[in-house]
Amino acid sequence: MSGEAALPAPGLRAWLLAEAPTSGWQAACGRAYRGWRVFARNPLGMVGLAIVLLLLFCAAFAPLIATADPTLQDLTQRLQPSSAQHWLGTDRMGRDTYSALVYGSRVTLYIVVLVLVISAPIGLLVGSAAGFIGGWTDRILMRITDIFFSFPRLVLALAFVASLGPGLNNAVIAIALTAWPAYARVSRAETLAIRKADFIAAVRTQGAGNRRIIFRHVMPLTLPSVIVRATLDMAGIILTAAGLGFLGLGAQPPTPEWGAMISVGRENILDQWWVAAVPGMAIFVVSLGFNLLGDGLRDVLDPKMT
Amino acid sequence: MSKSATASASVADPSPATESGASSFHRTRRLLLDVGGVGLSLAATFFGLLVITFVIGRLMPADPVLAAVGDRASVATYNQVKAAMGLDLPIWQQFLRYAGNVLQGDLGMSILTSHPVLQDLARVFPATVELATVAIIIGVVLGIPLGVWAAVYRNSLLDHVMRVLGLVGYSVPIFWLGIMGLLVFYLELQWVGGPGRIDVYFEGEVPTVTGLVLVDSLLAGDWDLFYNALSHIILPASLLGYYSLAYVSRMTRSLMLEQLNQEYLVTARVKGVSERRIVWRHAFGNIQVALITVVALAFASILEGSVLTETVFAWPGIGRYITTALLSADMNAVLGGTIVVGTVYVGINLISDILYRIVDPRAR
Repeated sequence: MSGEAALPAPGLRAWLLAEAPTSGWQAACGRAYRGWRVFARNPLGMVGLAIVLLLLFCAAFAPLIATADPTLQDLTQRLQPSSAQHWLGTDRMGRDTYSALVYGSRVTLYIVVLVLVISAPIGLLVGSAAGFIGGWTDRILMRITDIFFSFPRLVLALAFVASLGPGLNNAVIAIALTAWPAYARVSRAETLAIRKADFIAAVRTQGAGNRRIIFRHVMPLTLPSVIVRATLDMAGIILTAAGLGFLGLGAQPPTPEWGAMISVGRENILDQWWVAAVPGMAIFVVSLGFNLLGDGLRDVLDPKMT
Repeated sequence: MSKSATASASVADPSPATESGASSFHRTRRLLLDVGGVGLSLAATFFGLLVITFVIGRLMPADPVLAAVGDRASVATYNQVKAAMGLDLPIWQQFLRYAGNVLQGDLGMSILTSHPVLQDLARVFPATVELATVAIIIGVVLGIPLGVWAAVYRNSLLDHVMRVLGLVGYSVPIFWLGIMGLLVFYLELQWVGGPGRIDVYFEGEVPTVTGLVLVDSLLAGDWDLFYNALSHIILPASLLGYYSLAYVSRMTRSLMLEQLNQEYLVTARVKGVSERRIVWRHAFGNIQVALITVVALAFASILEGSVLTETVFAWPGIGRYITTALLSADMNAVLGGTIVVGTVYVGINLISDILYRIVDPRAR
């Protein structure tokens, strides 16, 4: 391997790649390191990782990166093209597009993280319980999953938001309610593959109940597949959220949300096309980043899916 | 759905080796059992659809009775209206009432149009069907050959271009692409018609027969209208078609790759079968059945994509009906639209399931 000589700490590397790790911690680190080496060989995956890191960076340091307050209106400066003062121009209220974009990364990240925090545990729990317990539990849980699956996702989210009322948190809930079935299916499939494994039988003979086995032994093993699926899903979540924002059902003004920014810019599309074009590019780049990252992760964590 | 159906297929036929005389009877019986199983799962899904829309309707924080009577009504009036709306009944009775109404085609009245929701939906549905059909034709006619070529010439330039096109398709917001498409092809280049189905001065020129403007104008022999309608539909349909192209070509590619690695193709090659015949007759012939499901899924996702596309292109279909109703909190219209789209979605899955069973010799 060409990169080996350049690595700074051969001692650390040797520790990471030890044939017989002396602790669980060392084994876990070694596994992560080996995964990382496979992942780093995939240039597209690295591009995706870079985009996602950039998003995280923007969200974390928005006040430092932004050049203006994204909610500050200045009607003397409305619909400006790109300039030294307004790098990406201004919208029809004279708000700085670049700064709104930077702050919008927080909204995007907020939506993605919250949707995952709500839907991934539900999916994991439903999937592992259905797969592990089997029988009627499995049949009923999977039928419910199928029902949610057989709905067009955006339409279901629309109906939820219509009922709950527009707003960022309601949009998050609506998207989460449509996101969990995918994770349930993945985690059920994984559970079915390991439920008859010897180590499960061993744990059971030691007196562990269903709940303990599912939470401590089954769920951790189905997690990698769910993570891959979730990463691939994030682009979909971002696009759905942007669609809701575009329709005026997501984050409410003056929160800078990329979908809503397109909707504002659309009204001046003929003469000031960049007002709508720029936030769309941002959505595109971030979705692309998550898609590339997801593809890369899938190759590392779940080679059989490719 | 297909998983449970496959399971029922194996249950229905414990002995694959039936006598030839009885085999046609068994085949029919099994097909009927399969269709029955599929029908049962369809019923369960539809029941779930009703439960979900019912729950969504009850989630509303606003009091529907108060909205109907106004806040100056007396308690007696309030209670009377509440009883009339059936809201004083236990929740399960309310659900039965709701399910009964929906099954009878009563989706309530739209506040916005003051027509029955079902009537509204029947009026806007053809526009969506027209858009989705043109889109799926574009997606399938281009997507399948491109997917096959990408598999045959794996890692060629075409394969890479297709992969990039697919990635872009999975990452770009459709409404944004629609706006940009309108800007470039309508406002700047004026190659295509703008928002709407036809130009205003064509409105009402030909009688509505099918509700599909492209078909109706042809039936009436009105070529001007036909070209006008075509110029309006081509951009939104291409957009939706692009998304299904991305999906269809990717699935075709991976199905083809699976086939191209099989040994029977080596045998065919050794026998001197031409490469063209190997690809199109042998390999492609074997993925056709699986492609039915792929195309059905693509069609269903076009329905979903049409919601935002119709909003951007002012296309008077079901998607725009739902979003317009949303913005005026017209819950009956939203839920009615959701039920219809959901039913169509489930229906498409059902049709593909049945077609699959009829076409695939292994499933017979």
